[in-house]
Amino acid sequence: MTAFLQNSTFFAVLLTVAAFCLGTFLQKKFKSPLLNPILTGAVTVMITLSLLGISNADYQAAVRPLSFLMTPATICLAIAFYEQLLKLKGDLPLICIGTVAGTLGSLGSILLLSKLFGLEHTLLFSLLPKSVTTAIGAVLSEEGGGIPAVTTAAIICTGILGNMAGPLLCRIFRLRDPVARGVAFGTASHVIGTARANEMDPLTGAVSTFSLTLAGLLTAVCFSFLV
Amino acid sequence: MMKYVRQLCLILGFSFLGEALHALLPLPVPAPVYGLVLLFAALAFRLVKPRHIRETGGFLTLLLPLLFVSPVVSLLDTWEQVSPSLLPVLVIIIASTLITFGISGVVTQLLMDRLKRRDEGAPREGGEA
Repeated sequence: MTAFLQNSTFFAVLLTVAAFCLGTFLQKKFKSPLLNPILTGAVTVMITLSLLGISNADYQAAVRPLSFLMTPATICLAIAFYEQLLKLKGDLPLICIGTVAGTLGSLGSILLLSKLFGLEHTLLFSLLPKSVTTAIGAVLSEEGGGIPAVTTAAIICTGILGNMAGPLLCRIFRLRDPVARGVAFGTASHVIGTARANEMDPLTGAVSTFSLTLAGLLTAVCFSFLV
Repeated sequence: MMKYVRQLCLILGFSFLGEALHALLPLPVPAPVYGLVLLFAALAFRLVKPRHIRETGGFLTLLLPLLFVSPVVSLLDTWEQVSPSLLPVLVIIIASTLITFGISGVVTQLLMDRLKRRDEGAPREGGEA
Protein backbone atom coordinates (compact mmCIF):
# COMPACT_ATOMS: atom_id res chain seq x y z
CA MET A 1 0.00 0.00 0.00
CA THR A 2 2.69 2.46 1.04
CA ALA A 3 4.74 1.44 -2.00
CA PHE A 4 1.85 2.37 -4.26
CA LEU A 5 0.94 5.61 -2.45
CA GLN A 6 4.49 6.96 -2.24
CA ASN A 7 4.85 6.94 -6.01
CA SER A 8 1.32 8.03 -6.84
CA THR A 9 1.23 11.54 -8.30
CA PHE A 10 -2.52 11.84 -7.89
CA PHE A 11 -2.34 10.79 -4.26
CA ALA A 12 0.33 13.44 -3.54
CA VAL A 13 -1.55 16.18 -5.41
CA LEU A 14 -4.90 15.14 -3.93
CA LEU A 15 -3.43 15.12 -0.43
CA THR A 16 -1.97 18.61 -0.95
CA VAL A 17 -5.13 20.11 -2.40
CA ALA A 18 -7.37 18.44 0.21
CA ALA A 19 -5.10 19.59 3.07
CA PHE A 20 -5.22 23.15 1.72
CA CYS A 21 -9.04 22.98 1.47
CA LEU A 22 -9.17 21.81 5.07
CA GLY A 23 -6.94 24.76 5.96
CA THR A 24 -9.20 27.31 4.25
CA PHE A 25 -12.21 25.71 5.96
CA LEU A 26 -10.56 26.03 9.39
CA GLN A 27 -9.59 29.64 8.69
CA LYS A 28 -13.15 30.52 7.68
CA LYS A 29 -14.61 28.75 10.67
CA PHE A 30 -12.33 30.28 13.34
CA LYS A 31 -11.59 33.55 11.51
CA SER A 32 -8.01 33.67 12.79
CA PRO A 33 -5.09 34.75 10.58
CA LEU A 34 -2.94 32.41 12.68
CA LEU A 35 -4.68 29.51 10.94
CA ASN A 36 -3.07 30.27 7.60
CA PRO A 37 -4.17 27.54 5.16
CA ILE A 38 -0.60 27.16 3.83
CA LEU A 39 0.66 26.34 7.33
CA THR A 40 -2.29 24.20 8.45
CA GLY A 41 -2.26 22.48 5.04
CA ALA A 42 1.46 21.73 5.28
CA VAL A 43 1.11 20.39 8.83
CA THR A 44 -1.75 18.15 7.70
CA VAL A 45 0.40 16.80 4.86
CA MET A 46 3.36 16.25 7.22
CA ILE A 47 1.20 14.29 9.67
CA THR A 48 -0.34 12.18 6.90
CA LEU A 49 3.08 11.41 5.40
CA SER A 50 4.56 10.29 8.69
CA LEU A 51 1.48 8.17 9.51
CA LEU A 52 1.78 6.42 6.15
CA GLY A 53 5.58 6.17 6.36
CA ILE A 54 6.18 8.15 3.16
CA SER A 55 9.40 10.17 3.01
CA ASN A 56 9.45 13.85 2.09
CA ALA A 57 11.70 13.12 -0.90
CA ASP A 58 9.14 10.68 -2.35
CA TYR A 59 6.32 13.13 -1.70
CA GLN A 60 8.18 16.02 -3.37
CA ALA A 61 8.93 13.87 -6.43
CA ALA A 62 5.28 12.81 -6.73
CA VAL A 63 3.84 16.29 -6.20
CA ARG A 64 6.10 17.88 -8.84
CA PRO A 65 3.32 18.37 -11.45
CA LEU A 66 1.66 20.77 -9.01
CA SER A 67 4.88 22.67 -8.22
CA PHE A 68 5.33 23.04 -11.97
CA LEU A 69 2.57 25.69 -11.93
CA MET A 70 4.65 27.96 -9.68
CA THR A 71 6.52 29.74 -12.48
CA PRO A 72 3.49 30.56 -14.69
CA ALA A 73 1.50 31.62 -11.62
CA THR A 74 4.28 33.95 -10.43
CA ILE A 75 4.65 35.51 -13.85
CA CYS A 76 0.96 36.39 -13.76
CA LEU A 77 1.62 38.77 -10.85
CA ALA A 78 2.72 41.12 -13.64
CA ILE A 79 -0.93 41.56 -14.67
CA ALA A 80 -2.08 42.96 -11.29
CA PHE A 81 1.16 44.98 -11.07
CA TYR A 82 0.49 46.60 -14.45
CA GLU A 83 -3.18 47.28 -13.74
CA GLN A 84 -2.40 48.89 -10.35
CA LEU A 85 0.33 50.96 -11.95
CA LEU A 86 -2.26 52.60 -14.20
CA LYS A 87 -4.44 53.48 -11.20
CA LEU A 88 -1.69 54.96 -9.02
CA LYS A 89 -0.09 57.41 -11.45
CA GLY A 90 0.47 60.59 -9.35
CA ASP A 91 1.59 58.85 -6.17
CA LEU A 92 3.81 56.41 -8.02
CA PRO A 93 7.20 58.08 -7.32
CA LEU A 94 6.46 58.24 -3.57
CA ILE A 95 5.32 54.63 -3.53
CA CYS A 96 8.50 53.55 -5.28
CA ILE A 97 10.75 55.52 -2.89
CA GLY A 98 8.92 54.08 0.13
CA THR A 99 9.19 50.53 -1.21
CA VAL A 100 12.90 50.90 -1.99
CA ALA A 101 13.57 52.28 1.51
CA GLY A 102 11.59 49.45 3.11
CA THR A 103 13.28 46.73 1.05
CA LEU A 104 16.74 48.05 1.92
CA GLY A 105 15.63 48.26 5.56
CA SER A 106 14.45 44.66 5.43
CA LEU A 107 17.68 43.30 3.92
CA GLY A 108 19.84 45.53 6.13
CA SER A 109 18.11 44.61 9.36
CA ILE A 110 18.27 40.89 8.59
CA LEU A 111 21.98 41.10 7.69
CA LEU A 112 22.74 43.07 10.87
CA LEU A 113 20.69 40.89 13.22
CA SER A 114 22.07 37.68 11.70
CA LYS A 115 25.63 38.94 12.28
CA LEU A 116 24.63 39.86 15.84
CA PHE A 117 23.28 36.36 16.54
CA GLY A 118 26.14 34.71 14.63
CA LEU A 119 23.76 32.91 12.30
CA GLU A 120 25.31 30.62 9.70
CA HIS A 121 25.33 31.49 6.00
CA THR A 122 22.57 29.02 5.02
CA LEU A 123 20.15 30.47 7.53
CA LEU A 124 21.05 34.06 6.65
CA PHE A 125 20.24 33.44 3.01
CA SER A 126 17.10 31.57 4.00
CA LEU A 127 15.86 34.62 5.92
CA LEU A 128 17.00 37.46 3.63
CA PRO A 129 14.14 37.16 1.11
CA LYS A 130 11.50 36.69 3.82
CA SER A 131 9.49 39.86 3.15
CA VAL A 132 8.77 39.12 -0.50
CA THR A 133 6.20 36.82 -1.99
CA THR A 134 7.01 33.10 -1.70
CA ALA A 135 7.25 32.50 -5.43
CA ILE A 136 10.19 34.90 -5.69
CA GLY A 137 11.62 34.47 -2.19
CA ALA A 138 11.94 30.69 -2.22
CA VAL A 139 13.79 30.68 -5.54
CA LEU A 140 16.11 33.51 -4.44
CA SER A 141 16.92 31.57 -1.28
CA GLU A 142 17.90 28.53 -3.34
CA GLU A 143 20.10 30.63 -5.64
CA GLY A 144 21.89 32.11 -2.63
CA GLY A 145 22.50 28.79 -0.88
CA GLY A 146 19.63 29.04 1.58
CA ILE A 147 16.98 26.43 2.42
CA PRO A 148 13.78 27.11 0.44
CA ALA A 149 11.62 25.32 3.03
CA VAL A 150 12.88 27.61 5.82
CA THR A 151 12.41 30.65 3.59
CA THR A 152 8.86 29.64 2.74
CA ALA A 153 7.98 29.16 6.41
CA ALA A 154 9.65 32.49 7.34
CA ILE A 155 7.78 34.25 4.53
CA ILE A 156 4.46 32.91 5.75
CA CYS A 157 5.20 33.88 9.39
CA THR A 158 6.13 37.37 8.17
CA GLY A 159 2.90 37.62 6.22
CA ILE A 160 0.79 36.48 9.16
CA LEU A 161 2.55 38.97 11.43
CA GLY A 162 1.89 41.84 9.00
CA ASN A 163 -1.70 40.72 8.57
CA MET A 164 -2.36 40.60 12.33
CA ALA A 165 -0.27 43.50 13.61
CA GLY A 166 -0.62 45.77 10.56
CA PRO A 167 -3.51 47.94 11.78
CA LEU A 168 -1.80 48.44 15.17
CA LEU A 169 1.52 49.25 13.46
CA CYS A 170 -0.25 51.84 11.29
CA ARG A 171 -1.28 53.60 14.51
CA ILE A 172 2.14 53.28 16.17
CA PHE A 173 3.98 54.66 13.13
CA ARG A 174 1.21 57.26 12.54
CA LEU A 175 0.49 56.17 8.99
CA ARG A 176 -2.65 58.20 8.23
CA ASP A 177 -2.61 58.05 4.47
CA PRO A 178 -4.07 54.93 2.78
CA VAL A 179 -1.18 55.06 0.27
CA ALA A 180 1.52 55.05 2.98
CA ARG A 181 -0.30 52.17 4.71
CA GLY A 182 -0.40 50.22 1.45
CA VAL A 183 3.34 50.64 0.91
CA ALA A 184 4.01 49.37 4.44
CA PHE A 185 1.75 46.31 4.08
CA GLY A 186 3.03 45.34 0.64
CA THR A 187 6.73 45.88 1.30
CA ALA A 188 6.78 44.19 4.70
CA SER A 189 4.25 41.40 4.40
CA HIS A 190 3.55 40.61 0.70
CA VAL A 191 0.36 38.80 -0.32
CA ILE A 192 -0.80 37.74 3.16
CA GLY A 193 -0.49 41.30 4.48
CA THR A 194 -2.18 42.62 1.34
CA ALA A 195 -5.29 40.61 2.24
CA ARG A 196 -5.64 42.75 5.38
CA ALA A 197 -4.75 45.94 3.48
CA ASN A 198 -7.64 45.20 1.12
CA GLU A 199 -10.01 44.99 4.08
CA MET A 200 -8.87 48.38 5.42
CA ASP A 201 -9.28 50.31 2.16
CA PRO A 202 -9.34 49.28 -1.53
CA LEU A 203 -6.69 51.91 -2.30
CA THR A 204 -4.45 50.51 0.45
CA GLY A 205 -4.88 47.08 -1.12
CA ALA A 206 -4.01 48.34 -4.61
CA VAL A 207 -0.86 50.10 -3.39
CA SER A 208 0.08 47.01 -1.39
CA THR A 209 -0.21 44.78 -4.48
CA PHE A 210 2.05 47.15 -6.38
CA SER A 211 4.59 47.42 -3.56
CA LEU A 212 4.82 43.70 -2.97
CA THR A 213 5.70 43.03 -6.60
CA LEU A 214 8.19 45.88 -6.71
CA ALA A 215 9.75 44.71 -3.42
CA GLY A 216 10.10 41.21 -4.91
CA LEU A 217 11.89 42.55 -7.97
CA LEU A 218 14.12 44.85 -5.91
CA THR A 219 15.07 41.99 -3.61
CA ALA A 220 15.96 39.91 -6.67
CA VAL A 221 18.18 42.75 -7.91
CA CYS A 222 19.88 43.15 -4.50
CA PHE A 223 20.41 39.40 -4.41
CA SER A 224 22.35 39.43 -7.64
CA PHE A 225 24.88 41.67 -5.82
CA LEU A 226 24.91 39.66 -2.59
CA VAL A 227 25.28 36.17 -4.05
CA MET B 1 -13.29 28.14 -24.42
CA MET B 2 -10.41 28.58 -26.85
CA LYS B 3 -9.79 31.93 -25.17
CA TYR B 4 -8.49 30.24 -22.02
CA VAL B 5 -6.20 27.95 -23.99
CA ARG B 6 -4.81 30.92 -25.93
CA GLN B 7 -4.19 32.76 -22.66
CA LEU B 8 -2.46 29.70 -21.21
CA CYS B 9 -0.33 29.49 -24.32
CA LEU B 10 0.82 33.09 -23.87
CA ILE B 11 1.60 32.56 -20.17
CA LEU B 12 3.55 29.37 -20.90
CA GLY B 13 5.42 31.28 -23.60
CA PHE B 14 6.60 33.85 -21.08
CA SER B 15 7.47 31.06 -18.62
CA PHE B 16 9.64 29.49 -21.28
CA LEU B 17 11.29 32.82 -22.16
CA GLY B 18 12.08 33.28 -18.45
CA GLU B 19 13.55 29.79 -18.28
CA ALA B 20 15.62 30.42 -21.41
CA LEU B 21 17.00 33.75 -20.13
CA HIS B 22 17.85 32.12 -16.82
CA ALA B 23 19.84 29.47 -18.66
CA LEU B 24 21.55 31.93 -21.02
CA LEU B 25 22.45 34.84 -18.72
CA PRO B 26 25.00 34.28 -15.95
CA LEU B 27 23.00 36.26 -13.34
CA PRO B 28 21.51 34.78 -10.16
CA VAL B 29 18.04 35.94 -11.22
CA PRO B 30 15.30 33.29 -10.89
CA ALA B 31 13.45 32.27 -14.06
CA PRO B 32 10.03 33.49 -12.80
CA VAL B 33 11.47 36.97 -12.19
CA TYR B 34 12.67 37.20 -15.80
CA GLY B 35 9.25 36.02 -16.96
CA LEU B 36 7.46 38.54 -14.72
CA VAL B 37 9.59 41.44 -15.98
CA LEU B 38 9.17 40.37 -19.61
CA LEU B 39 5.40 40.05 -19.29
CA PHE B 40 5.25 43.43 -17.56
CA ALA B 41 7.33 45.00 -20.34
CA ALA B 42 5.04 43.43 -22.95
CA LEU B 43 2.03 44.92 -21.14
CA ALA B 44 3.68 48.33 -20.73
CA PHE B 45 4.60 48.47 -24.45
CA ARG B 46 1.09 47.21 -25.30
CA LEU B 47 2.38 44.14 -27.12
CA VAL B 48 0.09 42.18 -24.80
CA LYS B 49 -3.19 43.61 -23.49
CA PRO B 50 -4.58 42.63 -20.08
CA ARG B 51 -7.63 41.11 -21.80
CA HIS B 52 -5.29 38.67 -23.58
CA ILE B 53 -4.34 37.01 -20.30
CA ARG B 54 -6.68 38.24 -17.56
CA GLU B 55 -8.87 35.17 -16.93
CA THR B 56 -6.27 32.40 -16.98
CA GLY B 57 -3.73 34.69 -15.30
CA GLY B 58 -6.18 35.57 -12.53
CA PHE B 59 -6.94 31.89 -11.97
CA LEU B 60 -3.25 30.98 -11.74
CA THR B 61 -2.57 33.85 -9.31
CA LEU B 62 -5.41 32.65 -7.08
CA LEU B 63 -3.81 29.20 -7.12
CA LEU B 64 -0.46 30.51 -5.77
CA PRO B 65 -1.14 29.91 -2.03
CA LEU B 66 -1.94 26.26 -2.76
CA LEU B 67 1.42 25.86 -4.50
CA PHE B 68 3.29 26.90 -1.34
CA VAL B 69 2.05 23.95 0.71
CA SER B 70 4.53 21.39 -0.61
CA PRO B 71 7.63 23.64 -0.11
CA VAL B 72 6.73 24.04 3.57
CA VAL B 73 6.42 20.26 3.94
CA SER B 74 10.17 20.08 3.19
CA LEU B 75 10.71 21.52 6.68
CA LEU B 76 10.39 17.85 7.72
CA ASP B 77 13.87 17.30 6.29
CA THR B 78 15.51 20.54 7.39
CA TRP B 79 14.07 20.81 10.87
CA GLU B 80 17.24 19.47 12.53
CA GLN B 81 19.26 22.20 10.86
CA VAL B 82 16.92 24.96 11.96
CA SER B 83 15.79 23.96 15.44
CA PRO B 84 19.01 24.92 17.30
CA SER B 85 18.71 28.49 15.95
CA LEU B 86 14.95 28.70 16.30
CA LEU B 87 14.92 31.56 18.82
CA PRO B 88 17.23 33.95 16.93
CA VAL B 89 15.40 33.11 13.70
CA LEU B 90 12.06 34.05 15.26
CA VAL B 91 13.50 37.25 16.75
CA ILE B 92 14.93 38.24 13.34
CA ILE B 93 11.63 37.51 11.59
CA ILE B 94 9.62 39.63 14.03
CA ALA B 95 12.10 42.51 14.38
CA SER B 96 12.86 42.90 10.70
CA THR B 97 9.17 42.75 9.76
CA LEU B 98 8.41 45.61 12.18
CA ILE B 99 11.42 47.58 10.88
CA THR B 100 10.42 47.06 7.23
CA PHE B 101 6.80 48.04 7.93
CA GLY B 102 7.96 51.15 9.80
CA ILE B 103 10.58 52.36 7.32
CA SER B 104 8.47 51.90 4.18
CA GLY B 105 5.35 53.40 5.76
CA VAL B 106 7.02 56.34 7.50
CA VAL B 107 9.13 57.31 4.48
CA THR B 108 6.03 57.35 2.25
CA GLN B 109 3.94 59.22 4.84
CA LEU B 110 6.62 61.90 5.36
CA LEU B 111 6.99 62.43 1.61
CA MET B 112 3.22 62.73 1.22
CA ASP B 113 2.97 65.26 4.06
CA ARG B 114 5.74 67.33 2.55
CA LEU B 115 4.15 67.19 -0.90
CA LYS B 116 0.76 68.22 0.49
CA ARG B 117 2.32 71.16 2.32
CA ARG B 118 4.07 72.26 -0.86
CA ASP B 119 0.84 71.97 -2.84
CA GLU B 120 -0.96 74.11 -0.26
CA GLY B 121 1.77 76.74 -0.49
CA ALA B 122 1.67 76.77 -4.27
CA PRO B 123 -1.78 75.49 -5.30
CA ARG B 124 -0.89 75.13 -8.97
CA GLU B 125 -0.67 71.42 -9.76
CA GLY B 126 2.61 70.53 -11.39
CA GLY B 127 1.65 67.28 -13.11
CA GLU B 128 4.82 65.51 -11.99
CA ALA B 129 4.93 64.58 -8.30
